[in-house]
Amino acid sequence: MAEPVKDMTKEFEEHGSSLWKDAWIKLRKNHMALFGLSVLVILIFSSLLTPWIAPYSYEAQNLDLGATAPSMAHWLGTDIFGRDMLTRIMYGGRVSLMVGFIATAVALVIGILWGATAGFFGGRIDALMMRIVDILYALPFMIFIVLLMVVFGRNILLLFLAIGAVEWLTMARIVRGQVMALRNLEFVEAANSLGLSQWTIIRRHIIPNTLGPVIVYTTLTIPSVMLLEAFLSFLGLGIQPPESSWGLLINYGVETMEEYPWLLMFPGIALSLTLFALNFLGDGLRDALDPRTSKD
Amino acid sequence: MIKFALGRLLQAIPVLLVVITATFFLVHSAPGGPFSADKAVPPEVIKALEAQYNLDQPVWQQYFNYLGDVVKGDFGPSFKYSGRTVNELIAAGLPTTAELAFYAMLIAVGIGVLAGVTASLRPNTMQDYVPMTAAMIGICMPSFLLGPLLVLVFGIYLDWLPISGWGDIPGDKILPSITLGTGYAAYIARLSRGGMLEVLSQDYIRTARAKGLSEPLIIIKHALRGGLIPVVAFLGPAFAGLLGGSFVVETIFQIPGLGRFYVQAAFNRDYTLILGMTVFFSTLIIVFNLLSDMLAIWLNPKLRQEIRGTK
Repeated sequence: MAEPVKDMTKEFEEHGSSLWKDAWIKLRKNHMALFGLSVLVILIFSSLLTPWIAPYSYEAQNLDLGATAPSMAHWLGTDIFGRDMLTRIMYGGRVSLMVGFIATAVALVIGILWGATAGFFGGRIDALMMRIVDILYALPFMIFIVLLMVVFGRNILLLFLAIGAVEWLTMARIVRGQVMALRNLEFVEAANSLGLSQWTIIRRHIIPNTLGPVIVYTTLTIPSVMLLEAFLSFLGLGIQPPESSWGLLINYGVETMEEYPWLLMFPGIALSLTLFALNFLGDGLRDALDPRTSKD
Repeated sequence: MIKFALGRLLQAIPVLLVVITATFFLVHSAPGGPFSADKAVPPEVIKALEAQYNLDQPVWQQYFNYLGDVVKGDFGPSFKYSGRTVNELIAAGLPTTAELAFYAMLIAVGIGVLAGVTASLRPNTMQDYVPMTAAMIGICMPSFLLGPLLVLVFGIYLDWLPISGWGDIPGDKILPSITLGTGYAAYIARLSRGGMLEVLSQDYIRTARAKGLSEPLIIIKHALRGGLIPVVAFLGPAFAGLLGGSFVVETIFQIPGLGRFYVQAAFNRDYTLILGMTVFFSTLIIVFNLLSDMLAIWLNPKLRQEIRGTK
């Protein structure tokens, strides 16, 4: 009697690993997604290594030089204080990426805990928890973030929390839907009838199967968070000098775009390219990981 | 349907109450009062000002007073623009912002639906890839980047269009409307492509084809109605997004609308103006969400039946 049971779990395991292998094969065929992945990897490495690989120091000014167009010494030119734009963009990218990752992580943790709890317990708890999500959905959050930044000052930690607090709602809905659907599927029932403990079922079956949509949505949340940060920084309500971010650099670029258009172009290209890469990666992952919601 | 709308309106009341309460206490817990100006103001003056705005009362009493006023539609006086009420300021900015949002929405829906439907008719061909790549670029090109770039190219280099103002010089409404609408056009293109692809594979489209209807007739009469439901459902959230977008666009193009007032109020710490505008925006957004949901239900017979079934 012990033999067939063992065989069955083995079969599940093989099936589980082939899903990820399958996804990787599909993703490798998607050139835009691979392009997105490489941009992201390059960006992460350059952000981690910025202090060592940036051509100039962050504070270095050269007022005599002033704003110059791109040249051999300054590949992306210099701003009106003679600061190297490539260096500024690298440091700004660090902040933008950090906001993207940390705020997304905040959203992820709240969203998964909330959604999984609601989905797992179901019934009245679920109804109450999801009603709260519905109510929060109806609120004008953009306005609230502006309000928070005004009231509590422009604090970078608060920025993480405020953005994270906005973005967790969709994650909660996705996780809850996934958990609800999984609870009633045959293989979970089978695991139950095999006598596996609740914790084992959650760990071995629920979590791995929820992971796909969560990864996809996380990849798509990062660019929207970065966009929100850039939006606030552009208005002067986000990152404050002497810190820098792409949104803030674009803001400065706009002020002098008539005379020195490269001060607007390069931070703009950096931001757009990153958003482009992350969106394509997210779309590619969705096609690869989630056959039900694939594009066609 | 009417029952459904009334039910949703009733649900909106607690939401609005949450908005008012949260905003009120957020604003009142802000460090530094509204009159902590750069210049040293004599304490008597501050006292008089506080009395004038009822700030000397306990917070709870202020809260209930405010609530009572809001129910009557009165948002009180502005802190910074002395002599003007929040209602006057909203009334002054609303027509401009509404017009801007209307043009932007027109661009978004017009271009978006056209691009999305075009792409959906020949999936995975150039006719699909070109508009969808353009849409992706549109999504990744935030308004605060697109706006200045448009100004630079069409306003300064080519000198075709005016770069600021609203309704002062002919043509000055073009660039702001495009700036605000483009991102939503891109999003709507993706939504309508997805919706159309789903509908076009349904049985009733096959039936229509089998009947021998012409392809344009099938698309226009049968497919669009179902295929555009996701777009209609998105209009409510898009409207909320347009309000947020107007902050940036009105700042870039120096348009005297609600968005610019809000950002200025944020910098000036004009608390009553922020409070009033937040409540006003929230109400608008809730109403528009309701309208777009109702439109989506009206277009979708399945949902219509569900609502009839439950009521």
